[in-house]
Amino acid sequence: MTTAIHAEGLCKRFGDTQALRGVSLDVEPGTVLGLLGPNGAGKTTVVRILSTLLHADAGTATVGGFDVHTQAHQVRQRIGLTGQYASVDERLTGRENLILIGRLLGLPHRTARERADALLTQFQLEHAAARAAQTYSGGMRRRLDLAASLVGQPQILFLDEPTTGLDPRARLELWGLIRRLVAEGTTVLLTTQYLEEADQLADEIVVIDGGRVIASGTADALKARIGARTLVAGAAQEADVGGIAAAIGHVTGEAPEVDGLRISAPARDADMLPALVRALDRDGLAVNELMLRSASLDDVFLALTGHHADTGDDAQAAPGEHP
Amino acid sequence: MSRPGLLRGLQQTASLAWRTLLQLRHNPWELGDFSIQPVLFLLLFLYVFGGAIAGSTSDYLTFILPGVIVMNMAFVTVYVGHGLNTDLTKGFFDRLRALPIAPWAPLAGRILADLVKQAWSIVLLLAIGFLLGFRLGTSVGGLFAMAALVLVFALALSWVMVLVGVIARDPEHVQLFGFTALFPVTFVSNVFVPVETMPGWLQVIVIANPISQLSDASRGLIVGGPVLEPALWAVAWSVAITAVFAPLSVWALRRRIMNG
Ligand SMILES: Nc1ncnc2c1ncn2[C@@H]1O[C@H](COP(=O)(O)OP(=O)(O)OP(=O)(O)O)[C@@H](O)[C@H]1O
Ligand SMILES: [Mg+2]
Repeated sequence: MTTAIHAEGLCKRFGDTQALRGVSLDVEPGTVLGLLGPNGAGKTTVVRILSTLLHADAGTATVGGFDVHTQAHQVRQRIGLTGQYASVDERLTGRENLILIGRLLGLPHRTARERADALLTQFQLEHAAARAAQTYSGGMRRRLDLAASLVGQPQILFLDEPTTGLDPRARLELWGLIRRLVAEGTTVLLTTQYLEEADQLADEIVVIDGGRVIASGTADALKARIGARTLVAGAAQEADVGGIAAAIGHVTGEAPEVDGLRISAPARDADMLPALVRALDRDGLAVNELMLRSASLDDVFLALTGHHADTGDDAQAAPGEHP
Repeated sequence: MSRPGLLRGLQQTASLAWRTLLQLRHNPWELGDFSIQPVLFLLLFLYVFGGAIAGSTSDYLTFILPGVIVMNMAFVTVYVGHGLNTDLTKGFFDRLRALPIAPWAPLAGRILADLVKQAWSIVLLLAIGFLLGFRLGTSVGGLFAMAALVLVFALALSWVMVLVGVIARDPEHVQLFGFTALFPVTFVSNVFVPVETMPGWLQVIVIANPISQLSDASRGLIVGGPVLEPALWAVAWSVAITAVFAPLSVWALRRRIMNG
């Protein structure tokens, strides 16, 4: 077995929507693949096909060396899945949820209880272990959901937007946890809408849009293609906009984009910020905002496709509230 | 294919049934849902209509108790559809499907848990009946046979509710469809009044109604009277309903889950 996950030409259609138009990807054992894309790109569809929940219309895929369609049971023995929307039994307690999964996986009563308690501790849910999951906060539910997918100690883990809806601290904690799992040899495929998250966790990134792979490679390679950061300045007064734009253009060597009082340009180098500060100071130009922003998904899309990422209103929809 | 064997599948079914019953422990009001309602029905009909329909409440109790047990059984089957739909819409069903378990275990667990609820309702209604003065006209064997017959029919009707649970958009709609369909079916029967009191055209419908056949068989088994014919009809109906709705429901479920 060379690759942990191998997909070739996956196509899937829902009614009038062609969700996937031939997606191929490979994930090496013990590595993390970040599947990056805006709303409706097809990320969840890919995950559902690879985790045996959905049949592809065309294309093939193997997970752990087994065909997801014809050897679904063997695949299920090797995977853990945390879907986009938490799928725990809200009316059971956290502990009961984990014990149930353990029992379904064939663990004896005692082992199932011990495993549940160990996971509750690991995910800092001990204090809520005896409470019904419907009383959990969004972050707690996410953690329980992730714990539930780890009961069987899977070799391969699918995480569909694992940090959407988490606060920054919870997100950092979850990143740490994913890193530990990977260090222990788990293969991870995670989807995300955040370039930064893919950059932090993934060895390889596959960018999809409209059901097609539009770019793939390491985070560094991708960033080299699109410019890692954007320099953004907010002019204090209208009169300075022209001068600031000229200074930014000079420092970055790129044509700046002006939007009202805001001026921005791609920056390839972190040194550009102090250089700009010196230039603004010298010319007596006042700014009330100045920052070096990491490239956003939108920047990636703008660079790769020439159009803005089509993130509609549902980008703001709270995850977990979704049916 | 190393699919789990029958024994493992049955263990998984038991675990999932246990889970459904555990939900009840955390939400005792739900136990009230299917305990209070039938008892209320029994008391209301008994004391409000008993005098008018049968002359005395004690005669009416003898007539109505088996009928109310049957009627309540029908309503309790809605919980199969409701629970299944909740699992489907909340994503828990997907979590189960991604586990290496017997593919039929989630559904079987649901139905098994429902049979436990059914058994509880039957025991409860009988207990209240005896408290109110119901006397067994046959034997304890008759009592068990009645319970078994009602459970067999419940199993058949569960398949209809599985279909409703698969088709409905959300759990509220399951209840809406389920109860709306069951009200006429249970009321246009001989549950509350003997069929002889109805106009001729209605008698035809009422006698054809499986709920009437099951009520008659239940009366025969715990009060006394003809048993064989209505019991055979009830079993025949159970077989027919299962034969039609089990494959249809499984097909619909497959379709729903495999298309997203
Ligand atoms: N069950 C379904 N029925 C109909 N259309 C669907 C279904 N599931 C997905 N789609 C459509 O397929 C496309 C891809 O959806 P998918 O959920 O895979 O996107 P995604 O990348 O996960 O998006 P998001 O970031 O919003 O989660 C979308 O246009 C979506 O509307
Ligand atoms: Mg998604």
